[in-house]
Amino acid sequence: MSPAEIVVAPNDGSYLIDGYELVCGLEVHVELATATKLFSASANRFGDEPNTHIDPVTLGLRGALPVLNRHAVELAMRIGLALNCTVQPSTFHRKNYFYPDMPKAYQISQYDQPINVDGWLELPGGKRIGVERAHLEEDTGKSTHVGGTGGRIHGSDHSLIDFNRAGVPLVEIVGRPDIASPDEAKQYVTELRQILVAVGASDAKMEEGSMRCDANVSVRKPGAPLGTRCEIKNVNSVRSLGRAIEYEARRQIALIEAGESIRQETRHWDETDGRTHTLRTKEDADDYRYFLEPDLVPLDPGTEWIEAVRAALPMLPRERRLRLSQATGAPADGEAVMVVVERGQDDYVLAVAESGADVARALVHVKEAYAEQGARPSVPAADLARMIVMETSGKLTSTQAKTVLAELVANGGGDAVAIAAAKGFEAMDVSALEAIVDDAIAAQPDAWAKYCAGEEKAMGALVGAIMKASKGKADGKAVTALLQSKRG
Amino acid sequence: MSATPSTAFEIAAAVRAGSVRAIDVLEAHLGRIAARETDIHAFNLVTADEARAAATRIDDLVAAGRDPGPLAGVPIALKDNMCTRGVPTTCSSRILEGWKPPYDATVVSRLAAMGAVSVGKTNLDEFAMGSSTENSAFGVTLNPRDTSRVAGGSSGGSAAAVAAAFAPVSLGSDTGGSIRQPAALCGVVGVKPTYGTVSRYGLVAFASSLDQIGPFSADVRDSALILESISGHDPLDSTSIPQGPLDLLSVLDHDVKGMRIGRITDMPEGADPDVLGRLEAAFDALRAAGATIVDVELPSLKYGLTAYYLIAPAEASSNLARYDGVRYGRRVDAVDTNSMYMATRAAGFGDEVKRRIMLGTYALSAGYYDAYYGKALKVRRLISDDFARAYATADVLLTPTSPIPAFKVGEKADDPLSMYLCDVYTIPTNLAGHPAMSVPFGDSREGLPIGVQVMASTLGEQSMFKVASALERHMNSSGGRS
Repeated sequence: MSPAEIVVAPNDGSYLIDGYELVCGLEVHVELATATKLFSASANRFGDEPNTHIDPVTLGLRGALPVLNRHAVELAMRIGLALNCTVQPSTFHRKNYFYPDMPKAYQISQYDQPINVDGWLELPGGKRIGVERAHLEEDTGKSTHVGGTGGRIHGSDHSLIDFNRAGVPLVEIVGRPDIASPDEAKQYVTELRQILVAVGASDAKMEEGSMRCDANVSVRKPGAPLGTRCEIKNVNSVRSLGRAIEYEARRQIALIEAGESIRQETRHWDETDGRTHTLRTKEDADDYRYFLEPDLVPLDPGTEWIEAVRAALPMLPRERRLRLSQATGAPADGEAVMVVVERGQDDYVLAVAESGADVARALVHVKEAYAEQGARPSVPAADLARMIVMETSGKLTSTQAKTVLAELVANGGGDAVAIAAAKGFEAMDVSALEAIVDDAIAAQPDAWAKYCAGEEKAMGALVGAIMKASKGKADGKAVTALLQSKRG
Repeated sequence: MSATPSTAFEIAAAVRAGSVRAIDVLEAHLGRIAARETDIHAFNLVTADEARAAATRIDDLVAAGRDPGPLAGVPIALKDNMCTRGVPTTCSSRILEGWKPPYDATVVSRLAAMGAVSVGKTNLDEFAMGSSTENSAFGVTLNPRDTSRVAGGSSGGSAAAVAAAFAPVSLGSDTGGSIRQPAALCGVVGVKPTYGTVSRYGLVAFASSLDQIGPFSADVRDSALILESISGHDPLDSTSIPQGPLDLLSVLDHDVKGMRIGRITDMPEGADPDVLGRLEAAFDALRAAGATIVDVELPSLKYGLTAYYLIAPAEASSNLARYDGVRYGRRVDAVDTNSMYMATRAAGFGDEVKRRIMLGTYALSAGYYDAYYGKALKVRRLISDDFARAYATADVLLTPTSPIPAFKVGEKADDPLSMYLCDVYTIPTNLAGHPAMSVPFGDSREGLPIGVQVMASTLGEQSMFKVASALERHMNSSGGRS
């Protein structure tokens, strides 16, 4: 496929490929972090021996009846409220279709009266993506197709079914088609994942399948009516999501440009060849014959329960970024704030500042020292604060500060003053540094002259000599400042 | 005691008192089964060994001075669509022949906990779809009163078991009349309680929003006893009403003076003159006992049958989809999954089941939903509204249970529509979720039993049982003639 020219301006809706707009809406399924399944008492656990978390309800044995899991309802409400949805009285329907890993040959899902409706998710840059609904439903079992090609049921020799996943509670979050670029799609999913983790609704791991994302993609010329959309399935990472959407948009544009029409269909993203392939067309789509699930009664959580869940919601990532941004002066959608909040280390940064350290330095150190996602900082806030105070008062150079911090992290804390002393990081007082600087200038009059004439590169030779004379104890920034002030 | 007790009420009292042994009661019933079951075919399976073991346990409890419970030693027959742990539960269908459930239905465990002794699993129309038990994959059940005739259905086996005294009581399930119609045809009492009073957990679903379990018995008191025993909230059934057991035995002796008995003026026509004659006799008897007869109109009742034959098959098409050969029961192997589904279901289901699956699938399909299933739901609401108006002026309504007495085997087997008409008076109750029961009230000129249906509003079981009891007293005092 020929590379089309991309005009990238991802956040203002002006992302275009070959003059076409992208229109994308995401449907995200998340497995809820409940102890048991949506309609039975079997454990909701990933990765165990197949078919160990089963019971008559899970297997759809005749006569077995579903009983709604109250905790799943609470988690669904947390998701809805965190996404600014209205929580409303809801009902369950049966979605009928045959598939071997679907024990009852119907899925219990919410249809025309979902528990959460009409919300939105705000991207870090401020754009709001509409959320049409976020409804409860049960997961299917998991099939493994043995033999044949590509792990698909068609052409396989036989299939194995693990019903541990059958009946696991899911919330399907149906986004409105407000996404205008692959990057926005990635931001949406990343932000959504953080929200889900923050409210304790799910571990939201795309790689393990506890968060699964389907993308509805269409293209159109700006101002034109909506194009025919295709649904992309089997996207297993945030990165793949961006690639799949971009590939699909280009595929559709190529068809349109060739005078062909887009067929409404479900397409399968293939990670290995980086393409989408037809899975099924609209013509052979199932007729799900939805009807009200007669084995369940309507679900009305009532105002009291809804408000209790709302009141107990934790601070959401967006608010936490704003709080950290306001405290540090760093931009809310800048890398440091984004990364630290995503890892959940923002409370720690603020605690370090509370212990007397400069909050901006604390942000930078925490971001760099704890690269591991979600790592719980091991260094007591007060210990880190003491190190930062030494740094900002000039007792440690920034290089020395990093060395001391590495030592603190390795030991899970400690006395920064003692570590600095042990490393020989003695404080160099300003008059001693000035003497070394004067010596260096005297020793290299040519370099000094060039530097004074505005040749900045010449400073390098002077700094090098100063560092050497100070045996590395001089603070680079202080040296530069001193040289600048002497140049006048 | 002078004679062997025959009703569940008497048996339980005698066994608890230690005057009769449960094993002797059981053997008397097993003896009758041995003598007549080949002529009747009430059972798919008689669990004689398990029953003897259970009866012996009851006797041991009594001997040890402990109370085995309010149903101590009462033999009971279970319709073969209620799950019994380790005992085949077939729904009279080939598709699940021999399959043994790993759990008991809630009604089954409650009965056992109260000391009842299950004697076996009774025959039914396949998946409870039918009105004659002729749709059973294992052969028809014959009417103990006239073995050239059907026992009715779908709970024909449970009705016949009580009529033949194979058990004093039995359980059936009623989706559109499947307890009341066979009760009427066999001359026994049959009760469909208010939807939600008896747990459906472990009842193999036909049409989930209509199915309800209820008792058969020779007299009204035994049905009250069994219904008290099996009713009450079950956390495993979300549609179960959160309340305790029904209180029925205490009202049976109440008189009906001042009660308002509704006569439906626009009742669907076509009932046999003998049946209508017995209904009139029932009104007369109640009037004589001090009740007032009031006229009520239920204009939407005539659409009930049509609505039912859209709603019930629609739910059935979904409920029966799980019999796909993947996890349990019969599988017919084929080249791929879809072919396997089709081969398995083609071989496993009988004609009536296939007919209803197709009807229901069609009624729910895109493009047809609004015209069929959606409209049927509206009719269902209209019927409920009509009933609500009727029950504002009447405490109970009286109708025939079945438009005709027991018919000959084979008479309607090839005419589904005429078979469906058997349920014209029973179906509206299921659509409204109300209770209704059939009480034997004399015979036709041919000597076939005729039942009168007493219907009541939601949780109106006490009124219903009071009236049923009064009708029974009338029959007993008049020596079986009007």
